[in-house]
Amino acid sequence: MTDKTVPTRTLIAAPPKVINIGLERFATELAAQRVTAVHVDWAPPARGDTRLAALLAKLGG
Amino acid sequence: MKRNVGQQIASANAEALRRVLAADPVLVDCVPAATVIPALGQGRRILHAGPPIGWERMCGPMRGAVQGIAVFEGWAKDLGDADALAAAGKLELEPNHHFSAVGPMTGMTTRSQPLLVVENRAFGNRAYCAINEGLGKVMRFGGNDAEVLGRLAWLRDVLGPALGRTLREIGGIPLKPLIARGLGMGDEMHQRNVACSSLLLRILAPALARTSTKGGDLAECLGFIGRNDQFFLNVAMAMGKAMTDPALGIEGSTMVTAMCRNGTDFGIRVSGTGDQWFTAPVEMPVGLYFPGYTAADANPDMGDSAIVETIGLGGFAMGAAPAVVGFIGAGQASEAAVFTRTMAEITLGPNPEWTIPAMDFAGVPTGIDIRLVVETGLAPTINTGIAHRKPGIGQVGAGVVKAPLRCFDDALVAFAARMGVA
Repeated sequence: MTDKTVPTRTLIAAPPKVINIGLERFATELAAQRVTAVHVDWAPPARGDTRLAALLAKLGG
Repeated sequence: MKRNVGQQIASANAEALRRVLAADPVLVDCVPAATVIPALGQGRRILHAGPPIGWERMCGPMRGAVQGIAVFEGWAKDLGDADALAAAGKLELEPNHHFSAVGPMTGMTTRSQPLLVVENRAFGNRAYCAINEGLGKVMRFGGNDAEVLGRLAWLRDVLGPALGRTLREIGGIPLKPLIARGLGMGDEMHQRNVACSSLLLRILAPALARTSTKGGDLAECLGFIGRNDQFFLNVAMAMGKAMTDPALGIEGSTMVTAMCRNGTDFGIRVSGTGDQWFTAPVEMPVGLYFPGYTAADANPDMGDSAIVETIGLGGFAMGAAPAVVGFIGAGQASEAAVFTRTMAEITLGPNPEWTIPAMDFAGVPTGIDIRLVVETGLAPTINTGIAHRKPGIGQVGAGVVKAPLRCFDDALVAFAARMGVA
């Protein structure tokens, strides 16, 4: 651990700052427990369809 | 040096978007359909909304409309006779889109109906749409009784010819400036057209009076247009078709040139794949119902009206029309801009001439790119009316429907094969 990192003890003691990516349910569960979370609406390209994602890569998508 | 596929597509899409944005649509005339679509003068041809479909797969309202229009044209003595003709394959059923035409909901277009004519003066092409019948029991929602057919006869004999005389006398009405004003007055040109309908009537009224041949008819014409908040929708649709047709068949372009539905299938066309349709089962609209009706009464989505979303209006311009968000049950008025911002993620660029004041004059998102739809999984949002599933009852609500992603997936695969990419 370097001097610039946050000591583990402080991390646990302070309120968490959460960025949730992907499944929104995690963010809503945190919100239900009064934990502030920023939700990023993200999904894998082409809904995870690897064949379509490969075509997109070749088509400059 | 040979350009790679991505560069070819970028160049083709820039040209496709340029053609849409450079369009100069002008409402120039209103004429009997067979005079501008000669194919309608032959046989018992009926044009319908959406991608191609046969009688056996048509939904209730579409069948009701086909029966009604066959009686209206004198091909059948009653609805039962019309049903038998259709079942025997003696009516020729084809999509409006194959004839530079569009139609709302069931989208019936036949030889004697008056068609609004929009000329794209930048490219010299024309597109057509029938006159909006108003609300209530109407053929576009599958209505086919004497009241519906009587109104169609009045449109054919009185309002259509009057509009034709008026538009020819005026020399045409440029539509781009009208849309620009309408966006600033809260219209999105699909489920809210009250501003543009009023602006249009303001232009038409003096010339209607000047060219009127009978005082009583004039009052009826003015009253009919004035009572119908959605009168402008059909003008906007013909405009959309006139704007997108020049962008058909640009090799290498992934821009969508048409989205439409026939109550059974949803279909899209893509510039770089020409006339080919990509279809998937159409979805049910989600929205609000008029008193006495529920989702159980609703028919799956119908109509060529999604041509307005194809040019950046309707659900894509929701930010301009917070009032419509409540009408179609799409959430809070304050969320209207979210729809427009989301559609910006799947489009090629903004239209600098059609801007939304409440969004710091952002241009409406224009030119759906199938690659962006497939990549993001964001389906185009379409504002729509909801028809009763039984023919003859009419509109039972309004809502939002999503374009099925399968159309875009299939289009991408076909486009890739055409580009030699596998």
